[in-house]
Amino acid sequence: MLWNTLLLAMRAIRRNLMRSFLTILGVVIGVAAVITMVTLGNGATRSVADQIASMGSNLLMVRPGQRFGPGSDEAAKFKAADVEAIRNQITGAAAVAPVANSSATVVYQARNWSTMVTGSSNDYFSAAGWELVAGRGFTDAEERAGKAVCVIGSTVRDNLFGAQNPVGAEIRISQFACEVIGLLKSKGQSAMGSDQDDTVVMPLRTVQRRLSGSQDINMLMVSASSTDAVDAIKAQLEKLLRERRKIGENEDDNFRVMDTRQLAETLTGTTRILTMLLGAVAAVSLLVGGIGIMNIMLVSVTERTREIGIRLAIGALEREVLLQFLIEAVVLSSLGGVIGIILAAAASIALSGIMNIGYLFDPTINLLSFLFSAAIGVVFGYFPARRAAQLDPIEALRHE
Amino acid sequence: MNTGTRSTTPLIRLSGITRSYGRGAAEFQALKGIDLDVDEGEFVAVMGPSGSGKSTAMNILGCLDSPTAGSYEFQGVHVERMTRDQRALLRRHFLGFVFQGFNLLSRTTALENVELPLIYRGEPAASRHAAARAALKQVGLDGWEDHTPNELSGGQQQRVAIARAIVTGPKVLLADEPTGNLDTHNSQEIMELIAGLNRERGITVLMVTHEPDMAVYAKRVVRFVDGRVDSDHRQEVSA
Repeated sequence: MLWNTLLLAMRAIRRNLMRSFLTILGVVIGVAAVITMVTLGNGATRSVADQIASMGSNLLMVRPGQRFGPGSDEAAKFKAADVEAIRNQITGAAAVAPVANSSATVVYQARNWSTMVTGSSNDYFSAAGWELVAGRGFTDAEERAGKAVCVIGSTVRDNLFGAQNPVGAEIRISQFACEVIGLLKSKGQSAMGSDQDDTVVMPLRTVQRRLSGSQDINMLMVSASSTDAVDAIKAQLEKLLRERRKIGENEDDNFRVMDTRQLAETLTGTTRILTMLLGAVAAVSLLVGGIGIMNIMLVSVTERTREIGIRLAIGALEREVLLQFLIEAVVLSSLGGVIGIILAAAASIALSGIMNIGYLFDPTINLLSFLFSAAIGVVFGYFPARRAAQLDPIEALRHE
Repeated sequence: MNTGTRSTTPLIRLSGITRSYGRGAAEFQALKGIDLDVDEGEFVAVMGPSGSGKSTAMNILGCLDSPTAGSYEFQGVHVERMTRDQRALLRRHFLGFVFQGFNLLSRTTALENVELPLIYRGEPAASRHAAARAALKQVGLDGWEDHTPNELSGGQQQRVAIARAIVTGPKVLLADEPTGNLDTHNSQEIMELIAGLNRERGITVLMVTHEPDMAVYAKRVVRFVDGRVDSDHRQEVSA
């Protein structure tokens, strides 16, 4: 019985090509839209999370003032003594790196490039998750003496040296000459969209003396030895800095400690909201597709009521007719769903390539949108048929 | 009223069949108590003016509709006590239908239309195709197997319908105004075909018509008036 019914269902689909096509189209558009939107949103969220992870793991960033992001307000900067205090008094910190930034123009032969110069220590590389692809980091002697040595990012290398190996070359930064001792491995864009590779790293003293001309430290980077230690270190840091900065009990902090996890939560939270918005828009198209399926199914009922009458008259059982219509509806909806999923995969891969975000297959949304459209197809294909099949054959035959 | 002998069990026996539509004050009785016996091999024309209940009686005979009261025995089995499925199986195995409006599946080839009852019978593909081709050949549609109804004339469509009705080798062919939508020439041909099936294959034919020209093919004419059998007589077949 099942095989015969399957045959009948297939014949009916072939017979009603236009209706079948429109039904499938409704499912395809609905499914493809929702899956593509959600997949892209998920990819974006993942990309942001990856970029934050590229900043270094278990990292705490301490900035003066309460503002988040680059720049600073009026709060006092940190000094070298703060760094020493942290190194000596905070337990569980794997690396403590002071950071002093200054923008400068770097020149090599006839080429020049304007970039951000970071003054720090050797710990900076491990704390911020930088790897060297060529050359070496700073020696203690270079850090202490404030030697004119630098490690450059790949963007700076590309602009000054092209494909040439920069290690050992002498570049000019502002007014002084500086030896390139290392090249950083590329990290790509930051979560904020800036180019992390557009950087030159020098010993802290070198930057303070020769570029910024002050003893200020803009930021402290503290990396925890393990993820579990992050919260404890954060608490210690806040306590220590409040003491050192002489903040009274009832006063607010005039510095801020951010950890990468917190940063990741903030930023991925934003993209998640965007994903939900996109998904909601796409869900509307799924709904519209569903209404399309519904219309087509309901409109074909008149013709099909007579068809059901004919089938019943020549001896079909009610359940055979129903099974046929159920199979038809399931086949059409599933076919539409599968095409929709394939289309969505193709569109997501293509778009995520163009938009430069990762492609992330999400089985849940694939399944959900598939089931939703399939359910609409089945319900509206099956229930009108059921009503017709329960009529007396002669009533179904007389149906206008 | 000549209803034949009641000694042996007839193929079909209707006793006191009534059929009402609506309820209460709006109730309308289409059949007001029909008694009718039909023996195997008969060719019965059911005649009568519009609204006389002849089509209603035909639908009940064909198990397409259920009587309000009365009994309907088919080969001694009470149809009015059957379930929907049992009646469907009775249609599947013993009855063939020809309608005024042909009632073929649109956008479906003649061959597939004729095959349809065989699919429900679960015939394997090879014997199904062979039987359907043979049936189409018998109604004179050799070579038209792959045409869909809208590519066929009315007469041809009715032939497909007849082929579909007889492909299962039914005991009874029920025809409701089979020539109602056809011109004289096609009507004659269809009637010849139906009469031939009755004559040569012994298929019992029950046919509703209001055209006396068509009733002459029948061996027996039952006339309905006002929901009752008004007259019932046998006749010599002119053809």
